[in-house]
Amino acid sequence: MSTTTAPSSEVAPSEHSDGGHDDHGHDPFLAHHFGSAKQQFDAGKFGMWLFLVTEILFFSGLFCAYAVYRSTHPEAFANADQYLDPMLGAANTAVLIFSSLTMAWAVRAAQLGQKQLLVRLLTITLSCASIFLGVKAVEYSHKWDLGILWASNFNPQAHAAHSPALLVLSIPAMITVVVTAILFGVGKSRKSEIMSKFWGCLLIAALAYFGGVGLGLTVPVIEGAITGEAAHASAEAGHHAAEGAHHAAAAEEAVEHAAGHATEHAAGDAVATTAAKSGSLEAAAIEQAAIDRTYTGIFFSIYYVMTGLHGFHILIGMGVIAWLLYRSLLGHFGPRYFGPVDFVGLYWHLVDLIWIYLFPLLYLIG
Amino acid sequence: MSDNASRTATAHVHGHSEEDYLRCSHGWKSWAFTLDHKRIGVMYLIAILISFLLGGVMALVLRAELFTPDKLFLSEDMYNQMFTLHGAVMTFLFLIPSIPAALGNFMLPVMLGVKDVAFPRMNLASFYLWVFGAIFFLMAILLGGLDTGWTFYTPYSTTTNTAVIAASMGVFILGFSSIFTGLNFLVTINTMRPAGMTWFRMPLFLWSLYATSIIQVLATPVLGITGLLLIAERTLGIGIFDPARGGDPVLFQHFFWFYSHPAVYIMILPAMGVVSELVSTFSRKPIFGYRFIAYSSIAIALLGFLVWGHHMFVSGQSALAATVFSALTFTVSIPSAIKVFNWLATMYKGAISLETPMCYALAFIFLFGIGGLTGLYLGALATDVHLHDTYFVVAHFHYVMVGGTLIAFLGGLHYWWPKMFGRMYNEMWARIACLIVFVGFNATFFPQFVLGSRGMPRRYARYDTEFVYFHQFSTSGAMLLGCGLMLCAGVLIHSLLRGRKAPANPWGSSTLEWKCSSPPPHHNFDWPPVVSAPYQYDHIVYDPNHQGYVEVEDIPEEEDELTNAPVESHS
Amino acid sequence: MSVSSLGISLTGLLAAGNDGTIAFPSQGSTVAPAVDSLFYIITAISAFFFVLIVAVMIYFVVRYRRRPGHDVEKSPSHNTALEITWSVIPGLLLVYIFAQGFLTFLDMRKPPEGAYEIQVVGRKWSWAFQYPNGVVQNELHLPLDRPVRLVMSSEDVIHSLFIPAFRVKQDLVPGRYSKVWFRTTKPGEYRLYCAEYCGQQHSTMVADVIVHEAGEFEPWLQAEVDRMNDLPPAELGELLYQRQGCVQCHAIDNNTTGKVGPSFLGTFGTEQPLADGQTVTVDENYIRQSILDPVSQVRAGYQPVMPTYQGRLKDREINALVEFIKSLGQ
Repeated sequence: MSTTTAPSSEVAPSEHSDGGHDDHGHDPFLAHHFGSAKQQFDAGKFGMWLFLVTEILFFSGLFCAYAVYRSTHPEAFANADQYLDPMLGAANTAVLIFSSLTMAWAVRAAQLGQKQLLVRLLTITLSCASIFLGVKAVEYSHKWDLGILWASNFNPQAHAAHSPALLVLSIPAMITVVVTAILFGVGKSRKSEIMSKFWGCLLIAALAYFGGVGLGLTVPVIEGAITGEAAHASAEAGHHAAEGAHHAAAAEEAVEHAAGHATEHAAGDAVATTAAKSGSLEAAAIEQAAIDRTYTGIFFSIYYVMTGLHGFHILIGMGVIAWLLYRSLLGHFGPRYFGPVDFVGLYWHLVDLIWIYLFPLLYLIG
Repeated sequence: MSDNASRTATAHVHGHSEEDYLRCSHGWKSWAFTLDHKRIGVMYLIAILISFLLGGVMALVLRAELFTPDKLFLSEDMYNQMFTLHGAVMTFLFLIPSIPAALGNFMLPVMLGVKDVAFPRMNLASFYLWVFGAIFFLMAILLGGLDTGWTFYTPYSTTTNTAVIAASMGVFILGFSSIFTGLNFLVTINTMRPAGMTWFRMPLFLWSLYATSIIQVLATPVLGITGLLLIAERTLGIGIFDPARGGDPVLFQHFFWFYSHPAVYIMILPAMGVVSELVSTFSRKPIFGYRFIAYSSIAIALLGFLVWGHHMFVSGQSALAATVFSALTFTVSIPSAIKVFNWLATMYKGAISLETPMCYALAFIFLFGIGGLTGLYLGALATDVHLHDTYFVVAHFHYVMVGGTLIAFLGGLHYWWPKMFGRMYNEMWARIACLIVFVGFNATFFPQFVLGSRGMPRRYARYDTEFVYFHQFSTSGAMLLGCGLMLCAGVLIHSLLRGRKAPANPWGSSTLEWKCSSPPPHHNFDWPPVVSAPYQYDHIVYDPNHQGYVEVEDIPEEEDELTNAPVESHS
Repeated sequence: MSVSSLGISLTGLLAAGNDGTIAFPSQGSTVAPAVDSLFYIITAISAFFFVLIVAVMIYFVVRYRRRPGHDVEKSPSHNTALEITWSVIPGLLLVYIFAQGFLTFLDMRKPPEGAYEIQVVGRKWSWAFQYPNGVVQNELHLPLDRPVRLVMSSEDVIHSLFIPAFRVKQDLVPGRYSKVWFRTTKPGEYRLYCAEYCGQQHSTMVADVIVHEAGEFEPWLQAEVDRMNDLPPAELGELLYQRQGCVQCHAIDNNTTGKVGPSFLGTFGTEQPLADGQTVTVDENYIRQSILDPVSQVRAGYQPVMPTYQGRLKDREINALVEFIKSLGQ
């Protein structure tokens, strides 16, 4: 406003953010506007819970869309089942549940001031997140190669094309490995313990991504070996056969479907009307199969939006855990101040929880 | 700091020992990076007033075009873009943040008796997210405009070639701005109330902000995901809303209104909170039925989540769903009616003075009365079928959002203006502006009820000649309304430049913000404020020396010059 | 405040004239009286409470204005009995309003058996009404005093059929059929609007509704069939041009203001550039293709917004349109 036009480029010394150190020498992390550390902790915790509520509502829109499509097009969901590998989903579920455990343990370590343990647990949590993304990258790239994409782009092929999709998806991880390795080296050469430890931990986490990729590639193979059936990645011929059989069945079903429509809803249903007019049930069946395919494509729209958004939350979580890692190396956390670890822990559990819902809803609906 | 002895006669005003928040630091950085809720509130105020100006000019252009049934100066495309942007700018950039983010940000901590909101950085982030969102809106204008209507209904919004992506991105970001504000308020009120500030000692404005924040936190994420799905629909063609791909366009409407109906209460609840403060202060009476008003705010917030389907009675939802939504809709009107009756009962046997804020409060009761009652026609199924998407709806929601929110915002602005900027404004001209706004508003929107019930659909660039008289009346009213608002702006700007210095408590209010100097000091309170029940006026008396009111802790019998107010011992 | 309302009422009276009341257009269907009476009941209740509130408010402001010699008097800070009373009484009135609205709504939603059925197609920015014998009109002709059921669909975005005189409105949602019914009570001409915003020419998506005198609807319909059958192709084409909505987007002269498609005047046989850079000769095949699959070959400078007429036009009608465009010369 007009009262503040006096020329000065300095930030006021009494600004809140950095003033805390001077005002409250006894407690360096207590912001000036809080009366006590407990109040600050309670505020943070309540704030985080509210934030989690908004997250749940954010995802609830998608769950709602899922429910609507499941009720209007159940056949699309049944049909989609064949394209998702529950074992990969299960592996990822296990990885995330384990990371929840290490995160919860990390909170405990922070409360007890066990710095070394805290750093290790956070690194493990971060690595688990990386593994999760690695597996997800295998899944996504495999679907890309098979043409299992969203809505009208859904065009499944019998043979997986050999595209560099997995490689492309892994580029960020590779860059992270290179960058963290360089910074780790720089830290070592400068004998900066905190820097080298921090980048070292991140390097481990970045490398874990490739562990995840390996896991994603081997799980189907092992699965195939155990059950004796062909898995996507190894033996595509068998896959092809299975799929061909399915398509034949789908077409037959579609014929019946269309015929049923023609008699029951002759007036109402546009598809059936054209079918009846043309007098060719075969054409109608093909058309019906195409419609079924679009609907299955919608399932994958929902799949990609949900898992993509969840993956994005994992990425955000990784960023925040890395920040915690840095702060714990600086020794910020102890019995008197562990709020941030606690809050991030809550967030991380929510992200896991959402996956625990996604897994059965998407992978186990056959 | 003062000792206890000097506080026995008149209570000390917080902040005489410290520079006020406007002068405590200088330079643009001290504003741009400030974490002070008061400065953030002021920045919000300036930002939303600019948006209001933009949206208001668009409104006047629209009304001018509608002066004739055929084209006057806007092509159909231009008209469609103009009403879309008018709606979007007014809703997302002005109305939703108006009272909570500008007045609320400034007043909430002070009224609560704390130094700042719980998360000052998040508060600042909320402001910059608002700016970001506004930039996306501007981008949408530059990238070919937006012609979907502020409701973004699919499949029109997924097929039009205007800048829907930029606009939905803007809405998405503004949504997070709103969530941050709401979250901050909830945490602040829940965890930071000072000793003595129990839930039922909070001023009703804080109750209304609390209720508003619940909606912001619970409803806005759904808008966020809807925006993302809309963007994905346009960029990737995911088909969730696209009937050609098996999607469901009506699902979008459900998602949209699940947010946007509660959003109406984001706009009106804080307005009701402001009016509660004004009616009590200017009647010098404790608010009647405090608890009923407090509970009714929460009731409105919660019921508001259950009524979104009343926007869709004719969009193909089942008759059962329509019936249930209609029934639920009527339940919302009860808590609103309670508030109106309680305000009237507060005025009963009071000492009512018609200073500008009170004029706005009375105008609010009048206009919101019409806005609320016309909601009955739209909640009832049979009449809604006829009135839906006509000018009746336009008039109804303008009576609620302009007659309600804007008028209360102006009332609140005039009420807290001396506190925020330390200057008084010209009382007479401010009242004249209020009167012109009131008359202009009614002249603009009352004819639209008639237009609507006679069958004039909304969002029409051209119209049948039978409607021309009403449209011309309405347009004339809009010009008058515009003049009133300009006068109002002139009065306030003049007060900044020439206004008399404001006393700490110019109106004789009893809530905590008036115990600070005007403008408040940087840290609001020198020591934790003494909190008693709100709306007790017995110990607040007029002091001609300060040209304002002062608080008397123990009323000394010999001080005769302080006896304008009742000399009764308070208990 | 009341002065402005008074002024409006007067203007309303003048404008209303002999059709309808101040508030409503004339009643043209059986459901209209019920809707109107509910409207007036709500108005009475609202007016009562509004006048009460404002009167009390003004009285208090005058009676208890702050002035020398007047002080705040004690009054209770709350009164539970009173507060419950003024919650419950409006509540009961609301229940009554809801019930009335609900009952009338049920009537609006449930068509009687054997209603006369008309197919309605909404598209940017025109209406097509198809009668059981295949006649298509862009005006809605209705028999008097007979239940009529409209089965409606949209070809592009959401539209909404709104006939103020009948007090009916229903959205047309692409991908599904929606229905609305009414029974006319009075012959005459009414207006039909699109009430859901649908893009550029939304405000021109209006149609006339003609309710025929008793016994005149069937002869009219038969005459239409005969006329369609007897017309020479070019004239039939012109009729279809008017009725199938071509006229909304395509001019047949040089005045193309407000038209989003190219004019038909003098295009037949010419070479025209396409949006994808190729050129095409506007011949019979191109016109047929453009009618059946409009977005396949869009001319340069135009948006691919035309809906398909596949399944809507018979071969004879397409030929007639070709002839009509041909007749507009080169």
